[in-house]
Parts: sequence; C-alpha cells; structure tokens
Amino acid sequence: MARNKKEVEIVNEANENAIANKETEGLSQGQIVFRRFIRHRAAMISVVFLFTLIVIVYTALDWRIGDKDEPLFTIPGWWKYGFEDMPDLRFEDCPGGTVGCPSIDAVPFLDGDGVSLGDHPFGQDDIGRDYLALVMRGAQRSILVMFIIGIIAATLGTVIGAIAGYFRGWVDAILMRLVDFIITVPVIIIGAVIGFHFGNKGAAFLALLLGLFAWTGLSRLVRGEFLTLREREFVDAARVAGASNRRIIFKHILPNAVGVIIVSVTLLMSGAILLETALSYLGFGVVAPDVSLGLLISTYQDAFTTRPWLFWYPGLFIIAIALCINFIGDGLRDAFDPRQRRRLSRKDKANARQGKSRAEVA
Amino acid sequence: MLAYVIRRLGALVVILFGSSFLLYNLSAVSTDPLAELRLSDAQNKEQLILNLTRELRLDLPPPLRYFIWLRGVLGIFVGNPNFGLTREQEPVVDAILGAIPTTIRLVFVATIVAIVLGIALGITSALRQYTRFDYGMTFFAFLLFSLPIFWVAVLLKQYLAIDFNDFLVTAKISPPWIIGLSIAAGFFWAAIISGTRKRVTLIFIGVFIANSIFLTALSASEWFSYPRLGPIAIAVLGVGIAFGVTYLSVGLSDKNALKTTLLMAAIGTISYFPAQAVLNSNRPRLGMLVLFVVLVLVSIAGAWLFARVDRGPVIRTSIITSSLIGLLILVDRMMQAWRPYVESDDVNFRPVATIGQSRVWLTEVPFWVRVLDFAMHLILPTLALTLISFAGYIRFSRGTLLDVLNQDYIRTARAKGLTERTVIMRHAFRNTMIPLTTIMVGDIAGIVGGAIITERVFAWQGMGTLFNKAINTFDLNLLMGVILFLSTLAILANLVADLLYSVLDPRIRVGAGK
Repeated sequence: MARNKKEVEIVNEANENAIANKETEGLSQGQIVFRRFIRHRAAMISVVFLFTLIVIVYTALDWRIGDKDEPLFTIPGWWKYGFEDMPDLRFEDCPGGTVGCPSIDAVPFLDGDGVSLGDHPFGQDDIGRDYLALVMRGAQRSILVMFIIGIIAATLGTVIGAIAGYFRGWVDAILMRLVDFIITVPVIIIGAVIGFHFGNKGAAFLALLLGLFAWTGLSRLVRGEFLTLREREFVDAARVAGASNRRIIFKHILPNAVGVIIVSVTLLMSGAILLETALSYLGFGVVAPDVSLGLLISTYQDAFTTRPWLFWYPGLFIIAIALCINFIGDGLRDAFDPRQRRRLSRKDKANARQGKSRAEVA
Repeated sequence: MLAYVIRRLGALVVILFGSSFLLYNLSAVSTDPLAELRLSDAQNKEQLILNLTRELRLDLPPPLRYFIWLRGVLGIFVGNPNFGLTREQEPVVDAILGAIPTTIRLVFVATIVAIVLGIALGITSALRQYTRFDYGMTFFAFLLFSLPIFWVAVLLKQYLAIDFNDFLVTAKISPPWIIGLSIAAGFFWAAIISGTRKRVTLIFIGVFIANSIFLTALSASEWFSYPRLGPIAIAVLGVGIAFGVTYLSVGLSDKNALKTTLLMAAIGTISYFPAQAVLNSNRPRLGMLVLFVVLVLVSIAGAWLFARVDRGPVIRTSIITSSLIGLLILVDRMMQAWRPYVESDDVNFRPVATIGQSRVWLTEVPFWVRVLDFAMHLILPTLALTLISFAGYIRFSRGTLLDVLNQDYIRTARAKGLTERTVIMRHAFRNTMIPLTTIMVGDIAGIVGGAIITERVFAWQGMGTLFNKAINTFDLNLLMGVILFLSTLAILANLVADLLYSVLDPRIRVGAGK
C-alpha cells in the first residue's frame, strides 16, 4: 500500500511544483523568504508570543532614569511592587504551613471565584519580596544578556568570517587560528572564568564579555560561505566594474550569506540564554543583589518540595523564551532554505491530483 | 595519511599553546588571590601576603608566569611533565587523573543512551515525515533544547527519585496510573505505526489493553518489590529480540538468519542456568567475560551451520542477538541483588539515589550489590544528561536521513524493486551514519564540559567539581590543568572525527591537496 501511495505522489509532484512555482512568480528573494516565514505557523506563534512576553516583562517594573535612589524621573511599571520592595510575608491560607504562596487563581469559576492575580501572583520569597517582580527582573536580565550576546557575536562573527573568507591567505590563517584558540575550550568553561571575575560588574558587562567569545562558530560558517561565494561570477563582475573590496563584501556577498547568519544567530541566542542561566546557577554569572532566572532557580532549588512555585516560575520563563527562539530559528531556516518547498494544503493536493493548477481553480 | 595526522598533531600543539596562553592571562589578570588576605586582620598579615606572593610568583606579570607554568608542562616531551601543584600541594596530574573515571562514568552511559534513542526516534520521525508523530517529535526536541539541565535535574530528583522511592514502599500501581500510562503508550505506538484511521484505532486499543494487563500483572505480582526476569521472561524477550534484530538486520524473509537467531534465543535461555554459577563465582568480572565470549563463539558457529551463502550478515545478526540476551542475563543477575540492596541499612528501602556517586559502604558488600549501587546512582544524572543531549541527535538524524532519502541512489534502489526495509536500513541508514558518527565524536568534549553542571547538581566528584574548586580558590594551576585536558580532548576528538569521516566515506580523502 505504501508503495502505491508513493507512485501517486510522484505523479502529483509535477503538478504540485507548478503550484509552488506559480506562487513565487515575480517576487524578490526577500519577499519569498518573508512569505515562507509568515506561513510557518509555529514560528509565527513564537514571534507573537515572544514579542508579547518581552513587552510584558519590560513594562512590569518601574524604570528609574538617572540616579538609582533619587531618579530624575520614573516610568511606572504595571506591577505595583519593585524587585527590591519587601512587602509583608503572607502567612494565611497557604498549603502545608508554608509562607508566601502564590495568590494567582487561574482556575476559572471551579472554586467559586473567577480568574484573579491577587496580591502576589507568583508568591513571595523568604524575606517577602514579591516573586512576580523578581521573575520579571530576572527575565529582563536574561533577555538583555541574550540580545547583547547575539548582537556582538553576530557582528564579530560576520565581520571576521567575511574578512577571513574573502581575503584568504595569511589574514585567513591568523583569524582562523584565533578561532581555534577560543573554540577548543568548551564555552561553559570560558563563560565561567569570565563570569566569576566580572559577574559583579553587572549583567550587561558580563554579556558583552561573553559575546566577545561567542562568535567563533558563526565566523567559521560565514567564512565557509564566503569561500564559495567569492568564486561566483557576480563577484567577478563586481570586481571588473571596479567595486572596492568593502563594497563587494558588504553589498554583494553578504546579502547572499544572510540566511546562514540569521539562522545561526537565532540558535546562538537560544544557547546564550541557557548559558547565562547555567552560569548564574553555578554562581559565575549574574550575582546578588541583582536577579537572574538562573540565580533564582539556584537559590530556591532546595525549596522545591515545600514551595515549588519558587522553582517553577523562573524555569517556565527560561523555557518559554528559549523555546520561542528555537522555533523562530527553525522557521527562518525553512524560509531561507532554497530546497524547501511549501507543504501544500489538502485542498492544493486535491487540485494537484486532478491535474489542475491553482490559477484554473480561481 | 600519516603525514596528515602528524601535521594535525603539530597544529594541536600550536592551538593548545595559544588557547592556554589566552586563558591563563585572562584568568590571571582578573584574579587576585591576595584579596582575601588583604582584608584579613591576622597579626602576620604582611608576612602571609609575602609568602603567598612568593609561592604563586605573583611578583611576576601574568605572561611571564605563564612561561614558568609552560616550562613545567613542556616537560612532557622529555618525559618529566610538571603541571604544578594545587593550592593544597597535591600534583595537578593526580587530581585530574582521580576525577576522570567519575566523569567518564557519568558521561559514557548517557551518551550511549542518547545516541541510540536519539537516532531511533529521529529516524522514525523522518520516515513519518509530516505526520503527527513527526510534529510531536519536533516539538519534543525543541522543548528539550530549551530546558536548563539543572532545572530538569530538580524535577527528576523529585518525581523519579523521591516519588518513585515512595512508590516502592507499596509497589502497587494505582488504576489511574495504569490507565494513564496505557493511554500514553497507545498514543505513542499508534502515532509511530500510523496508517488508516481504523488501523490506528486498532493499534491504540491493542496496545492499551496489552499495556494495562502487563502493568496490572507487574503490580499484582509485586514485581517492583522483587524484580526479576528468570528463564521464562528471558526466553520470551529472547524470541522478541531474535525477531526484532533479524528484521532490522537482514529482514524476516531470510529464513536461515531467523532460524539462527531463534536458536540463539534458545541457547541463551539455556545458558541462563550455567551463567548463574559463573556470575556467582569469586571472579564475577571474568565470569561476565566468559559468558560473552562463549555466547559470541556459539552464535558464530550457529550462523556458520545455518547459513550456506552470505554468511557475514547472518553471523552479525546472530552475534547481536546473543549479546543482547547476554545483557538480559546480566540485568537479571543485578535484579537478584535488589533485595539485599534495598534491605541494607545504608539504603533503607530508598534505592534511587538523588545525590552522590555511590553510597558509603561501611562493610564489604558482594560484587553485584556494588554494581547495583553504581547503577542506582547513575540513573538520575544519566537521564538528565540524556534528555538534554539527545534532542540534538533526534534533529540531526532526522535531517540527515531526509537529505539522504532525496538522493538519486535511493530512487534507484527503490526502482530496482528492493524492499523498503533494505532501502532504509542498507542504503539510507548507512549513509546517514557517516555525518552522524563525526558529529557524535566531535560532541564528546562538549559533553564532558557540559557535565560540569550535572556534577554540581548531583554532587559528583569529577572534572566539574575540580573546575569549580579551581575557580573559587583562585587555583590557577588546577584551572589550567582542567582547561588543558578539556581542550586537548576537544582537538583530539575533532581529529578522530575527521579521520573517521575519511574511513567511513571513501569519497573524502583526508590530507588531499596542499
């Protein structure tokens, strides 16, 4: 039966191809990629979800511009507590004699009342700090670290890879030996060495330094792309037309390598957020009094049996962010992959089977 | 080839030099071993600072100190390496050599399980492309990609160790659990096998009923309190293995192979009885070796007798079958040690350990109890590491197999009229394994590095612990020792991966050009 199906599929392939080609007629490469990406359902859901999450996270707490204690002015957040505030610990109606349990009520109407946030939706920590505020602050740090590492690594990796691949020769040799020096040591080790010494200088500085060591994998990929692309005719054409090296690199070759770069950077970013949490967990990342998701988990992992909410919420935020980035990366990879054909809907397939193209149907 | 290896080894030395110089200075510049002393209010503070400065040569700038360290390391070429002393005046080499076996034990099983499971799921997923199972696997893999290992570890500790140990007190599976697990199993198999709706429903119901009966039987017979396999279960599983391995390896249409593997199942079951005596002897390790050698020899002989033509594949199939049955016998022997193990004072009916690498045994314990103890401590870290690392294998093997299946030679193979099994297992799977092997080997250093977190979570005393200690005590010699070890491992693994690639894929010629 399986074989029979396969034959039918092969017969249909030509028709399906016709439909797929019809759709891309007269579109630029960018438009095709964009359309493909829009159609990737998981990736689109992830984009929307991640964007919403980032907005929620960054508007939750007060932004103090200027001096920390006496700010010039404050942009108020939507949440009433800051991550340094210490409201009274809630003692009443917590399960099993614990304190500071979450007041969130997500079960609608089953227990008599509707959905409500309550005073401390995610509960409180040992000294009464509101856990929602802490998690928001932690997520802010983690997302910040993720983007800084992503941007620095993307810039460095692209530029260094491009230079090495384009100029080859001794420039390439030197740059690639530098890559070898860094890439042989597992990234968590470098991260720990850096984090231990510079973690107290703040999350942004830590991310900056981590970014300086995270570009190696990307630069190898970019170099590989450049090595093949620089032999192509359009590069020769540009050179004959008198274009400078810089122009050839950035205007002619780079746009052709952008797919590889974008996909690799998204994956690098999802790795970065896990790296930051892992380092903070080990004590080599963001350190108290600042807050990060990994640090929260590390602090409260022993409280799991008694006060599991202290453990669940930061973890869920890490997973949500990393999962979104991974799905976006997957969507981008599919969108940039020239071999990727759109999976046709059932209706399209039925049309193809009857030998009709979409135009005829319409 | 030899010239290529030598050139690569030369590059290794250069790279190690560069990366160690970089990291030495990075960590030396940013550490201040004297900070603690400066803040102290000891009487002889000045003297202490002076002593430490002299001891660690802090009077020299880091680049110069690096060369002092390097001089000791370069002794490796004259047979007198000196990696320096740790802050506790213990040679760094000893500290690292002491930690390696622990880390290997931690990483080894997890890697194997991750590879086998990951490839199996990835390939199934590729063969069922764009089905619900495929989407489910993709989501599952991405979820695993996004999980922080320390977070998973805490969950595992709670639900697989503490709760499972609680469950073992009664060892009764409650009806909701039986139904829940059976539904899950039904969905899983129905999704894998797929087909028409009627077929899927039938499979689901069949698996559901079989699974329910199985779990109820396990629960009623108190199997979890007294786990055992015994000759009957080994015989049944053996026949299953015989069919499974034959199907995957040469196909069930090869009657000679099927006869051989079934014979192996029978011989394996019979060998259960003499094996007990061998395994209970004073030399259990030798016993294991003897058991496997005998099984392998018998399976070769059996295959030789049954298969007149094309002996190679049959011999291979029969060796795999008998080795798996041998493993079952070992598992059974370990299960026999279960009662003495859980009843002992150290364990006290809580066999699944949450931390540590073995329990402290005040008294001498039998060999198999010790093996079981190791196994019980391995379960959680292995699961955590497996969960984290096999997502990559799922994605990679799926992607590679799909690439391979699009190749022309696969179409040719199908056009020749080969069975789907032959096309997949012989033409597609083998070619999938080429890039997979190199990825696996290349991953090793990363996995060892990643074990740092796992060791911390589960309180194992391996490389990760050394590394943590080195950083926290500003122990530059120890730190450099660990880093040097890991980066050497990484480079060597890469070299091996490249060489393997050229061995597996004759199209690639290593060292060609230049």
